[in-house]
Amino acid sequence: MNAIYILWLRELKRYFRSKARILGSLGQPLLFLFALGFGLGPVFQRAGQGNYFQFLAPGVIAMSILFTAIFAGIQVIWDKQFGFLKETLVAPVSRFNIMLGKTLGGATIATIQGIIVFLLSLVVGFRPELTLLPLMLLFMFLIAVFFTALGISIASQLSDMQGFQLIMNFLVQPVFFLSGALFPLGNLPKVFSYIVAIDPLSYGVDGIRGSLTGVTHFGLSVDIFVLGVLTVIVLSIGSYLFSKIQL
Amino acid sequence: MDAAISVKNLTKTFKDFTAVNDISFEVEKGKIFAFLGPNGAGKTTTIKMLTTLLDPSSGSIMLNGYDVLSQKDEARKSFGIVFQDPSLDDELTAYENMQFHAVLFGISDNKRIEELLHFVELWDRKDHLVKTFSGGMKRRLEIARGLLHKPVVLFLDEPTIGLDPQTRNLLWTHIQKLNKTEQVTVFLTTHYMEEAEKMADMIAVIDHGQIIAQGTSETLKKQTKTKTLEEAFLALTGKTIRDEEATGSDKMRQFRKVWRGR
Repeated sequence: MNAIYILWLRELKRYFRSKARILGSLGQPLLFLFALGFGLGPVFQRAGQGNYFQFLAPGVIAMSILFTAIFAGIQVIWDKQFGFLKETLVAPVSRFNIMLGKTLGGATIATIQGIIVFLLSLVVGFRPELTLLPLMLLFMFLIAVFFTALGISIASQLSDMQGFQLIMNFLVQPVFFLSGALFPLGNLPKVFSYIVAIDPLSYGVDGIRGSLTGVTHFGLSVDIFVLGVLTVIVLSIGSYLFSKIQL
Repeated sequence: MDAAISVKNLTKTFKDFTAVNDISFEVEKGKIFAFLGPNGAGKTTTIKMLTTLLDPSSGSIMLNGYDVLSQKDEARKSFGIVFQDPSLDDELTAYENMQFHAVLFGISDNKRIEELLHFVELWDRKDHLVKTFSGGMKRRLEIARGLLHKPVVLFLDEPTIGLDPQTRNLLWTHIQKLNKTEQVTVFLTTHYMEEAEKMADMIAVIDHGQIIAQGTSETLKKQTKTKTLEEAFLALTGKTIRDEEATGSDKMRQFRKVWRGR
């Protein structure tokens, strides 16, 4: 238990100490909110879909969580060679607890990042209903755990940073752009709608959007169920792969 | 169980390459043991197997009377290690790095942290972030951390690489001192032959995955009819330069140089 806590604490300390990293990672979500929110707003309105900014903000919140979480997980590649991870692997602590501590740490950071973006979006003009706020936090945390664990699983299989670009371009970007963060999921071409349905982030975006604006595509219970099951699966696979790490 | 480390017929094969080929040796308690060899000879692979980071293909390892393969956690409590690459958390303070190690090893007594930080002369800097430390200070901190849980064996994988002669000298003085005061068995690798000659009670030379000579520095010199350990080493391993293929670790080191400029 103590080991899980200290690994979690380490991630948090590192996060709060690098102010540059926090500020830097807010740039992209802000750009999306401004450029797309105000740029595409009029078109969206004319198509009879309502206020695009209201629609977009939950998607951008999910995006910031996705990127922070995956990145926290992927850092394990670095950590295997230079860092605390190597030191923890020779400690009398089970690999499962190490994996859990790291995942919870990364997921907490990603959730905090999501909350900051949520607050920023309020400043810029997002007006959500706040009755289901706890549910939003739950969705944020689920996405965060899922993608941190996914990042760690991938990192446990890589030996250097060469694969990083590949993962960003062929996994993280598609997961984001195909998730319905930027566009409504109704009336999509059939094949495309299937692709959207197998994207885990779709359920996260839908869940956050549903709890903040009352508009959902899959339904909140489906969202929770799918994300919950996927998170358990990726955590199990991740801790198995992590336990097999050989340096 | 007089031996701190006892290795029997240890072998590690990667796909088509035998990194460590059927080696056996013993390290007596309280001694300083130098494990020498050219690049790619199998030193680091051996250390990884001794420290539970890599599973051997075959053979057995006993450390402080525990089977490293089946009693991993007991074995882990019995050794401390300073890795070839820095493994401190740069974003944490010296004290925090020590504290984290203490928690991982279930040590609640903070006195030992203070004692060790005094020992490596870093107590004044305990609340400074590790990223502000020089290479030598980091090494000293790593040694202090490795000793925190009172290990029987301390592994030092090229501890003086990249350090200036002053720092190297200071570091070895520290190591010798704690070998005496704490009765720690030291298992070290180094490319500086004069250091091994000065420090080690016992030396094993590994090449192409096999141990080709074992003994004190005196016996090795006598055996090869040479005057210094460096000459003995060259007589044993030849003068050909070993070109290793770059591994993931090397790529990461390159990456680190570019990004952190160390």
